Amino acid sequence: MPGRPPLRVGPASWVLRARALAVPLVGLAVVVLLMAVNIGRGEFPLSVTDVLNVLVGGGDRPQRFIVLDLRLPRSLTGALVGAALGLSGALTQTITRNPLATPDITGITAGAGAAAVSVIVVGGSYGSLTGQLAEIGVPLAGLVGGLLSAILVYLLAWQRGVEGYRLVLVGLGAHALLSSLTYWLLTLGDVTDASRAVVWLTGSLNGRGWEHVTPVAIALAVLVPLTLLGAHALGALQMGDDTARGLGVRVNLTRALLLLAAVALAAVATAAAGPVAFVALATPQIAMRLSRTAQPPMIASAVLGAVLTVGSDLVARTAFGAVELPVGIITAVLGAPYLMYLLVRRYREVRA
Amino acid sequence: MSQSVTGPAPAPPDLVSAARGGGSGGGAIAARRRRRVAGLLLVLGLLVVATLLSVAVGAKEMSLDAVWHALVSPTGTENDIVVRSQRLPRTFLGLVVGIALGVGGALMQGHTRNPLADPGLLGVTHGAAFTVVLGIFALGITNIYGYVWFGFAGALLASVGVFLLGSVGRGGPTPVTLALAGAAMSALLHSLTSAVVLLDAQALDVYRFWKVGAIAGRDFGLAVQVLPFVVLGLLLAFANAPGMNALALGEDVARSLGQRVRLTRTLGIAAITLLTGAAVAVCGPIAFVGLVVPHVARAVVGADYRWILPYSGLLGAVLLLLADVAGRVVARPGELQVGIMLAVVGAPFFIALVRRRKLVRL
Repeated sequence: MPGRPPLRVGPASWVLRARALAVPLVGLAVVVLLMAVNIGRGEFPLSVTDVLNVLVGGGDRPQRFIVLDLRLPRSLTGALVGAALGLSGALTQTITRNPLATPDITGITAGAGAAAVSVIVVGGSYGSLTGQLAEIGVPLAGLVGGLLSAILVYLLAWQRGVEGYRLVLVGLGAHALLSSLTYWLLTLGDVTDASRAVVWLTGSLNGRGWEHVTPVAIALAVLVPLTLLGAHALGALQMGDDTARGLGVRVNLTRALLLLAAVALAAVATAAAGPVAFVALATPQIAMRLSRTAQPPMIASAVLGAVLTVGSDLVARTAFGAVELPVGIITAVLGAPYLMYLLVRRYREVRA
Repeated sequence: MSQSVTGPAPAPPDLVSAARGGGSGGGAIAARRRRRVAGLLLVLGLLVVATLLSVAVGAKEMSLDAVWHALVSPTGTENDIVVRSQRLPRTFLGLVVGIALGVGGALMQGHTRNPLADPGLLGVTHGAAFTVVLGIFALGITNIYGYVWFGFAGALLASVGVFLLGSVGRGGPTPVTLALAGAAMSALLHSLTSAVVLLDAQALDVYRFWKVGAIAGRDFGLAVQVLPFVVLGLLLAFANAPGMNALALGEDVARSLGQRVRLTRTLGIAAITLLTGAAVAVCGPIAFVGLVVPHVARAVVGADYRWILPYSGLLGAVLLLLADVAGRVVARPGELQVGIMLAVVGAPFFIALVRRRKLVRL
C-alpha cells in the first residue's frame, strides 16, 4: 500500500494504520477514566485519584471495600458486557455484510428476552420466585434462551451452507415471533412483574456483583483471541462466497465458527446485564468510521462498546437525581443520535 | 443473448421476442395476465370467506342461522348484540387495517429495496408507541379514542423525521440511509418509551396491552376516524406504483426514463406513513402482515407494482382476518390477540418462504 510502511514478522506482514491503532488505545484510556469516575460516584463519594490509587493496590480498608467489593463489579460488568456486545456486533455485521445485522436480528436477544421474561412473569405470578432462584434463574434462562434461539435460527437458515442474507431474514422471522411472545407474556402477569420484566428487557447494571463479571470475563478471554485469529478470513468473506472460496477460505466452516463466537459473546453479555440496546448495532459502525477502515474493526468495536456502556451507566446513575434509569435507555439515547449524526455527515456510503 | 440483440446485425425475431417476454411473445403475456386476473379473483374469494368466518366464529358459539338473523333482522337478542356490536366492527377494522398494512408493507419494501422492511423499520411503530405512553404519562389519557391520535401523530412525526434524516446527505434518500436512519430513530424512541413506562405504572399497563396488537374491543367509530387517512394513503400508493416500477431498475435508469425520483420517493413515503401510521395507531404494532404479504404477492404476480399493491392489500386483509379468527378459536373461552397469532402463524411461514424460494433481491 503506497505511503504506509509494512510491518513484517517472518512470513506474516501487516500494514500499519495509525488511526486503527490509535482508536482502541485512546478508547481504552477513556474506559478506565470513565470507570474511575463511575466508581467514585455514590453515597460515599471518592475522587478519581483515590479510586485509581485503590485499583493499583493502595487506599485504606473502607476505601478498598467500597471500590473493590461494592462498585467495581458493576462498572466492570458494564465494560465487559459492552465489549462483548461490540465485538459480537462487529462479527455479525461483517459476516452477514449488513450493517443492520446485530445479535438482535440473529435472534439471540429475542430468545433471551422471551426466556427471561417467562421466568419473571410465570415465577412471579404462580410460584413467587424469589431470592437465589430468581437471581440465578433469570440470567440462566436468558443464556439458554439466547443460545437455543440462535442455534435454531442457524439450522433453519442452513441450506447447503448458510448465506448471510438468508440468515438475516430467518433471524428476523424468529425475532418477530419471540418478541411478540415476550410482549404477550407481559400482558399475563400483574403490573409489578411487567415492570421488572421491562427493566430486564431494557438492560440494567443495577446490583451486579463479581458473579456477573466472571462469566463475561471468561467468555471474552477465550473468544477474543479466537476471533482475532479468524478475522483474516473475514476480509475474504467480504467479497462474497464464491470469491472467498476461490481465495482458499473454507467459507461455511469459518462463518459457522465466527458466528458461534458472536452468539456466545452476545448470549453471555445478555445473561449478565439484559439486552443492552444499541451497543452491538452502533459501536461497530462508529468504530469503522473513526478508524477509517472498510469493515468494522474487531478490537476497536469491543473497546468502544465498553466506552459506550460504562459512559451510559455513569449518565444513568447521576443525570436524573434520585431516579436511576436502566443503562440500556441511555445507551440508545446516546448512541442513536451519534449514528444519526454519522449518517448526516456521510463519511462514506454504507454498503449493505 | 443480449449480445445478439444489441449487436450490429439485425437479430432474428425469435431472439428479440425471447428477450422481451421470455417465451413466445404475446401468448406468454396473455397467459401471465390471465394468471394475474384469476389469482386476483381467487384472493377476493378468500377475502369473502375470511370476512364471513370473522363474523360467524367467536368465543360465543352460535348457529349460522343466528348469525344471519343478527345481520338481517336484529331483534336485540344476546346473539344479535354480540354480532352487531363486537364482531362486525372488529371485522371491518380488520379489513381496513389489513389492506393498509399489506399495501404499506409492499411500498416500504419497494422504497427501501429491503425485503426485511416492516413498519418497525421507518420508526412508525416506535414513534406511535412513544407518543401513546407520553400522552398517558403527561396528560393521563388512557382512553383509546384519545390516544389513537397521539399514536397517529407519533407515527407521522417519526417517519417524517426518518425520511428527512435519511435524505440529508448527497443524492437524497437511498435505501440504506433510510434503513439506518429508521433503525437509529426506532432505538432512540424505544428507549425513551421504556424510560416513560418504567416511571409510570399506569402507562406500562396500557402500553403492554397496546403493544401486542389487537383489533378486538374497538368499535366502528374508531375505524371511521382513521378511514380517511387510509383512503388517502391508498390513493397515493396506487398513484405511486408506476414510479416504483421505474425505481426498481435503479435510480439512474429511472431518472433517464424521465422519472422525478425525489417526488416519487416523497409520495411513497407519505403513503407508507399514512397507511401504517393509521393501522398502528388503532391496533398497535401488527408487524407480520406487511412483511409476509408482499413476498407472497411477488411470488404470484412478479415484479410489477401495479399488481403487487392490490394483491398485497387484499392478502393482508385475508391474513389479518384469518389470524384473528384463529386467535378466537385456539384459546376458548378467552382469546389470543391477533398480533400474537400473526407472529405465531406468520413467522414459520416467512421462514419457510425464505428457505424455499430463491431469495428476492429488491
